[in-house]
Amino acid sequence: MTRVRRIWTFALALVLVAVVWEVYKWIGPQDGGTVFGWTILPRANDQAMPHVWEMLSRYAEPERRGSSTSIFVVVLTGAWFTLRLALTGFVLGTIVGLGLAILMARFRFVERGLLPYLIVSQTVPLIALAPLVVSWGGKLHLGGFEWPRWLSAAVLGAFLAFFPVAVGTLRGLTSTPPASLELMDSYAASWRQTLFKLRFPAAVPYIVPSLKLAATASVVGVVVAELSTGLAGGVGRLIIEYAREATSDPAKVYTAVFGAAALGLLMAGVVALVDLLTMRNRPREATE
Amino acid sequence: MTGVKAVEVRGLSKVFNAGKPNEVPALVDIDLVIEPGEFVSLIGPSGCGKSTQLRLIANLLEPTTGEVLVNGKPARTARLDQDYGMAFQQAGLFDWRSVVKNVELPLELKGWDKARRRTRALEMLELVKLPEFAEHFPWQLSGGMQQRVAIARALAAHPPLLLMDEPFGALDEMTREHMQAELLRIFGETATTVVFVTHSIPEAVYLSTRVVVMSPRPGRITDVIEVDLGPGRDVDTREADAFFKKVTEVREALRGIQPAGVEPDIVQVVDEP
Repeated sequence: MTRVRRIWTFALALVLVAVVWEVYKWIGPQDGGTVFGWTILPRANDQAMPHVWEMLSRYAEPERRGSSTSIFVVVLTGAWFTLRLALTGFVLGTIVGLGLAILMARFRFVERGLLPYLIVSQTVPLIALAPLVVSWGGKLHLGGFEWPRWLSAAVLGAFLAFFPVAVGTLRGLTSTPPASLELMDSYAASWRQTLFKLRFPAAVPYIVPSLKLAATASVVGVVVAELSTGLAGGVGRLIIEYAREATSDPAKVYTAVFGAAALGLLMAGVVALVDLLTMRNRPREATE
Repeated sequence: MTGVKAVEVRGLSKVFNAGKPNEVPALVDIDLVIEPGEFVSLIGPSGCGKSTQLRLIANLLEPTTGEVLVNGKPARTARLDQDYGMAFQQAGLFDWRSVVKNVELPLELKGWDKARRRTRALEMLELVKLPEFAEHFPWQLSGGMQQRVAIARALAAHPPLLLMDEPFGALDEMTREHMQAELLRIFGETATTVVFVTHSIPEAVYLSTRVVVMSPRPGRITDVIEVDLGPGRDVDTREADAFFKKVTEVREALRGIQPAGVEPDIVQVVDEP
């Protein structure tokens, strides 16, 4: 019942956004508006804000004149490419995030020494970092292993994804009820036993929301990496290509943008599934 | 193994935050010997160090001076050997484990194989009369049932000693009396030695063979009262004259103690970092 309602509200929200878009397009100033001298109202003309139905119908049309494949297939192929990179980045980021959190929870000095750097790491602009990672990857030679370009994009996805996981898991691992820790002490349980039998399961309600953030962050990371390294094949590259055609074909870029947004939703959906599986036996208060 | 005491506490004292400005002397000069098969209650106003004393016996805290022997061994060795089981005021069951898995926890940590620990856990659930709830999850159980699971868990490894820190403190009066009767039955069936912390006088008298009266600031033992109500205690015991006499005796012993509450209570069971 609640799940059906959730799908309904989601659909309703989408329709609402479309309605707001069209209403603004109808009443908004064609060439943008100024408030107290600042140009802050977006332009409502067809070039800046194509009609919703134009964007949707664009999916059925071919990518470019003379091409036989519809843009829907092209965006879908790109999204699939990006999804695989984002998943790789998400898994890498999750592993690194969990590892760092466990280290920080185990040794207070690691937390004190490392946490500030982790925070700083997230302030480094990804666009600046992307070419660096690509060039590092190119210099890396591990036996016969050749660093592929797509791996750089996945690493950048992981770079954004690991942070929420590390912080959320650390929070979870260190907020174990003291009485439970005392109980484990009374059983003379080792640190490792306490970690796997108590701290970690007790931290799941903290970890799952952080995974949701990580899932969407990994998509953002990969898309930005595609944009700034010029990696072909993904939805990020499509966005940049289609944006160049914005004057002649304004609806086109939105097809790719929606593709990227759908990816983020899909990734969050995967985590929601994990949530459902891990929390099925928990009291309701802990899950919501 | 005649002559081995269940618990032996000699010259024990505990000072929290020793040497710091917020130093708190929690216990001084505690001497206490508990024979196997005894049911000993520690009673006293808040801040008298009864929980601290229990944690020192459990080796969850290190004494400042003095020594604690459990089963004739130093407390630390006894803890590492899992010579005692412990139950707290909060049942403290793990939400993500089914009832039977919660009872299995101490056995799992001891490295028992799956079949053996499942058999034992189900036995323990029989003992606390909850066998049909084995596959339920803790949040589906009432407070009293959760506490029974916690007792089953504490006894799962058949420890000779059971340490209980106000285990029924969060239960309503009816459940509480029922749980006391259950505990006495289990005590009779398993021949476990029990050290029981409480601040309820009737509870202490009803359950114990001996009541240890403690006073606060700093915590020390002021009186030890034998309770000779015999082993077969039941609902009638609570209404017997001998029961009321003992309750009065313990109350008198507690009255001699300056009541806590004039100044803020210091209830501390761990060192501040």
